[in-house]
Amino acid sequence: MNFDPRYSGRNFSSVGTRPIRPDGVDKVTGRARYGADFNMAGQLVGRVLRSPHAHALIRKIDTSKAEKLAGVKAVITAKDLPDLTNGDAGMYDILDNCMARTKALYDGHAVAAVAAIDARTARQALKLIEIDYEVLAHVTDVDEAMQHHAPLINDAIFTEGLEEKPVKPSNVTKRSQFGHGDVHQGFGAADFIVERSFKTEQTHQGYIEPHACVASVNLDGTAELWVCTQGHFVYRQHCAQLLGLEASKLRVTSSEIGGGFGGKTHVWAEPVALALSRKAGRPVKLVMTRDEVFRASGPTSATSIDVKIGARKDGTITAAEATLRYSAGPYAGSWAEIGAMTAFACYRLDNVKTVGFEVLVNRPKTAAYRAPSAPMAAFAVESAVDELAKEIGIDPVEFRIKNAAQEGTRSSYGPVYGPIGIGPTLEAVKAHPHMKAPLKQNQGRGMACGFWFNFGGQTCVDLNIGMDGSVSLAVGTVDVGGSRASLSLVAAEELGIDYAQLKAVVADTSSLGYNDMTDGSRGTFSSSMATISAARNAIKILRDRAAQMWDIPVDDVVWEQGHAVAKGDKYGNLGKLSLRDIAAKSGTTGGPIAGHSELVADGAGVSFATHICDVEVDPETGATRVIRYTVVQDAGKAVHPTYVEGQYQGGAAQGIGWALNEEYIYGKDGRLQNAGFLDYRIPVCSDLPMIDTQILEIPNPNHPYGVRGVGETSIVPPLAAIANAVSNAAGVRMTHIPMSPPRILAAIEAERG
Amino acid sequence: MVEVTLWGALSQLAGGQSKVEVEAKDIRELFRKLAEQYPAFEPWIDKGIAVAIDGVIYRDTWGKTLPLGAEVFLLPRLAGG
Repeated sequence: MNFDPRYSGRNFSSVGTRPIRPDGVDKVTGRARYGADFNMAGQLVGRVLRSPHAHALIRKIDTSKAEKLAGVKAVITAKDLPDLTNGDAGMYDILDNCMARTKALYDGHAVAAVAAIDARTARQALKLIEIDYEVLAHVTDVDEAMQHHAPLINDAIFTEGLEEKPVKPSNVTKRSQFGHGDVHQGFGAADFIVERSFKTEQTHQGYIEPHACVASVNLDGTAELWVCTQGHFVYRQHCAQLLGLEASKLRVTSSEIGGGFGGKTHVWAEPVALALSRKAGRPVKLVMTRDEVFRASGPTSATSIDVKIGARKDGTITAAEATLRYSAGPYAGSWAEIGAMTAFACYRLDNVKTVGFEVLVNRPKTAAYRAPSAPMAAFAVESAVDELAKEIGIDPVEFRIKNAAQEGTRSSYGPVYGPIGIGPTLEAVKAHPHMKAPLKQNQGRGMACGFWFNFGGQTCVDLNIGMDGSVSLAVGTVDVGGSRASLSLVAAEELGIDYAQLKAVVADTSSLGYNDMTDGSRGTFSSSMATISAARNAIKILRDRAAQMWDIPVDDVVWEQGHAVAKGDKYGNLGKLSLRDIAAKSGTTGGPIAGHSELVADGAGVSFATHICDVEVDPETGATRVIRYTVVQDAGKAVHPTYVEGQYQGGAAQGIGWALNEEYIYGKDGRLQNAGFLDYRIPVCSDLPMIDTQILEIPNPNHPYGVRGVGETSIVPPLAAIANAVSNAAGVRMTHIPMSPPRILAAIEAERG
Repeated sequence: MVEVTLWGALSQLAGGQSKVEVEAKDIRELFRKLAEQYPAFEPWIDKGIAVAIDGVIYRDTWGKTLPLGAEVFLLPRLAGG
């Protein structure tokens, strides 16, 4: 990579403005094409048969009756997806999750699939598939799964990370530990100690658009996949490996995406659709129902967390400790590890220790959900921090300011911080009018902080200049939150042209080099870096072409505000050449003009946020109403501030749902009881106040414009901020998320005695 | 020579040492030498390890130089949403 990503201060012309979103008209008029909006000639309808058992051995599958049904073109089981993972345990888990091989590991686990001429026939065929199950004992609760007597989900799992390798298998796949100093000594120096246990229930990302794809495998080994995803290049890699296809012969096109939030970073239906198409010899469309999305995609972990924090009378934290247990579904994950790393990241601590346990349960395989694992850890830690401030008798904001991490602080997960924004977000909250607004009876105010790492990754951008001077930008990061607009602004900034002169598209996998997933808040951070690089490469060519047109050395040509300018007194008579002037002559000065960039965007700056929340609690029913909410977050540099505000508001809205209502409810039979939006209640507009936002800009030193990721951090503080507000309103500490009315009422009644 | 701090899981594989010294000019050489010194690290390196150099986390830029005296911290390679 011949590109210097270091930050350099500059005055912006396009970046920081708020043009209308380029995808807006299509989306509000229904023209935008989402996963289920695509069709291929002769396509079949795919449907998946799912296990009704939480844990069961598959003794035998008989598909013969289904295969004989008129209109059925293919029936597949795990036999049609042979193991090609070559010892890659992670890929094997993905394969097994797509189609159960020997055991059904959760209610909803795919066990067979059909492709038929229409949906009715496909549904009939599913009913004709006979499966002989041996039902096994199951476990869905994270704490119960850790018990010695718990049903064993995978007898090949021996806990990693213990000092001695265990002699017996267990449901705990890994123990991880972070921290520094001596917590025993630290607690010994404390005047006040708060110690609490917390639980959070499993939630789903709740994206409005279900998973959908259309797959077509040809006899010559080529294939096409149209799919709703956060990362079509990664889907290509995974599907090609699982199906035994060559990646370059599988063309994957990403549709518009109706929400992902981490839940569309994993393949579920796609390899199944490809396998059905391969067997049927025709394209297959597979669209998950909402019930299937809940039962068989990738929700977040359920958790059980113990926190202990000690502080001196002057408000200095002397020690902090947490034990975090996160459910991973039936396959190994690293979710508690992330929780253990993020839990105390906001604070300057001499003595800190976190221990994480990854726990297998008979639930769907856990997937990322927006700053995965951090919100639950923040809920536990920020609740205890608030309680400790109260015990000491210090204002909770002042307490956090006094202990906030800053540049040079050793983070709780290890490295020393560079310039960071936790202090400024706290100062902004302290000064915010929201903190001084009066509260009425039964109302409470809470605030909390949050941290997320942010990532970069492999990124590729093509910038093509048409002969009319218009510019197209082909990017490979799926636009989940406005990146086409922000990347157009970045290209306009570099080229010195108007935003309207540009059009950004998300290119398919055959049209552009590999791009990592749009996750880790990396879309705008990474692709803007590649866009800047591509634009600068294009400018080199534009200067060269201008030099040819003028017949002067290229070194005498500079690029200024969208024009080639000849430098020096001897060129005094030469006027400027615009990008359009140069593009118009490109056919005779060397051909098409383009700039390309392939790079690894690393050095994504960590991100912090502080939220304020006012809640009213009805003490008779336990019902809650969020009456005011404010988000303060560091963006590094807000490329398109309206989109940044939208990310802040979206994270808060999802966090409000998670904090107050959303949870997976399993019956004693291990089956999910509320697999639909009627019973799994996400917030709607009428549930939410206007969410106020304040963008802080503390430049990331590792991006030319100072950009940091903004998509995830906004969901980290809400659980804790709302829990602190509800606890203040109800007069009782809430320790179990979601704080649904029955749970709040029970806590109030228990407090009353 | 750079001093490299290991997180818990790697520390166990290194016989309980939380810090090791390695002569390496960049991340690529660091990983190669760590794998030579501690063969048990190899599968972890294959799965992905992030390297924090003076607080900045690098996940894929194996050509990144390790400046003399820099704080080098190994971390798990994490997932995002």
